Amino acid sequence: MLEILRPGVQTTVQDLGRHGLRHLGIGQGGALDMPALRMANRLVGNPEGAAGLEIVLGPVQLRFLRDGWLALTGADFDATLDGAPVWCGWRQAMRAGQVLQLRGCHHGMRAYLAVDGGIAVPEVLGARATDLAAGFGGFAGRALQAGDRLPQGAAVALEGRAGSRPPQWTPEIRALPGPEYDEFSAAAQDALWTRPWSVTPQSNRMGYRLAGPALERTARHELLSHGVLPGVVQVPPGGQPIVLLADAQTSGGYPRIATVIEADLWKLAQARPGAELHFVPTTLAEARHALRQQRYHLNRFNWSAYGH
Amino acid sequence: MKPGEARFYLLGERAAVLAVDAPAELACQRRIWWLANQLRGRTELTDVVPGMNNLTVVFDPLASDGTTVLAELEQLWSGADEASFTPREVLIPVRYGGADGPDLDDVARHTGLSPDEVIARHSGADYIVFFLGFQPGFAYLGGLPEALATPRRAEPRLAVPAGSVAIGGSQTGIYPAAAPGGWHLIGRTALALFDPRRDPPTLLLPGDRVRFAPEEAHHA
Repeated sequence: MLEILRPGVQTTVQDLGRHGLRHLGIGQGGALDMPALRMANRLVGNPEGAAGLEIVLGPVQLRFLRDGWLALTGADFDATLDGAPVWCGWRQAMRAGQVLQLRGCHHGMRAYLAVDGGIAVPEVLGARATDLAAGFGGFAGRALQAGDRLPQGAAVALEGRAGSRPPQWTPEIRALPGPEYDEFSAAAQDALWTRPWSVTPQSNRMGYRLAGPALERTARHELLSHGVLPGVVQVPPGGQPIVLLADAQTSGGYPRIATVIEADLWKLAQARPGAELHFVPTTLAEARHALRQQRYHLNRFNWSAYGH
Repeated sequence: MKPGEARFYLLGERAAVLAVDAPAELACQRRIWWLANQLRGRTELTDVVPGMNNLTVVFDPLASDGTTVLAELEQLWSGADEASFTPREVLIPVRYGGADGPDLDDVARHTGLSPDEVIARHSGADYIVFFLGFQPGFAYLGGLPEALATPRRAEPRLAVPAGSVAIGGSQTGIYPAAAPGGWHLIGRTALALFDPRRDPPTLLLPGDRVRFAPEEAHHA
């Protein structure tokens, strides 16, 4: 069990999301920075898909109610456990009654807290992720509030500290041309790949709205509603692109100029409003290679820490 | 009937899409439902998602580069059969007008019908669930009588109550959960369109035939 003392801007229970239900209008959800959650889980000996907390900025305070292990990954916070510094990217032992405090965030936007055994809220429709829009899953289907007490899974036997170097955030976001890429003007195609795109404050778990030169579509016909996924870059009539993320609706009707590759979606999760992003064209083969490298990085940690 | 021209393409590294370039029509959509049913449950596909005239299938990009998925979509589509899809029938009881349907009079004014005629025509038509999206359990329904088409409200409501039955443009739909919305609210149903504890969690499924049944005391 752990108790929320200060919930911060938006702290939610997240795992790797719901799958297989998109045809019912049920979105994916789950951690926006999936590699960070996977690593936090590995650090404390959990299965990768165990539920942890996604913490947006701070300040956040919570109390552990049993001995165990914790790991913080993702955004780099000033974190302390009963006043002693906690290193992001490392696991460390915690004792019942200790208070974890997250204050200033140096880099990034979202931190992931994993505890050994995972956050053991019940699975709803196959996942523990919180669906904020529909109000189910996670803890009571909502962001956490002061006084919430979250169940924690069975303790995992671990020894000593272990850590992993976090991936380096850079503003380059690799993307593939989308199905309607050819319907945009040459100037729009050029602007997509060459101009900086700034993250607007209207960015959230559903999608990141970017600001830059208006992207002009030369085709006029309206598109019929189609399935969309995290990573799809939609362009509404105003010409300002939206990158869909984990909480996006399952269907859309705007032209898709590009799709951000899966291996780079975490960079959006860690980009703050005002940050400038650059789209870099890539190929399907490179996209798959990048994803394989990302998983390899996680596996390499397991080999070094657990020998398997 | 011959299906329209179909295109097959990848959407990012984890999805393959079949899209038919033709006006949305039921015969094509029935083939899409048939194809979706053929593919659902395959372990290599994580999602099979019908849209309007299209189908998106999601797979694990570490296991496949999509080539085989595209080839299979193409092969199955060439033999797609609209006849062997059997729809379910769902009746939705609706309290029309009053506090449950505050825009019924607006729709009546716009269409030149009386509120009772709006109710009679809306509940007299057969609807088909083309696909689900927007919210868990939100059905895109085909079949709204043309006479009832009403442009969306100039000012969208910040919160449309769950269960609201609404008209927006040439479409009608039911809001499963409270949400912002610009459609005209003509009534409300007490049925839960989405309940995560149920199996299946949504009341409506792609391909369902839907009818609305007026409940008494709608002018209360």
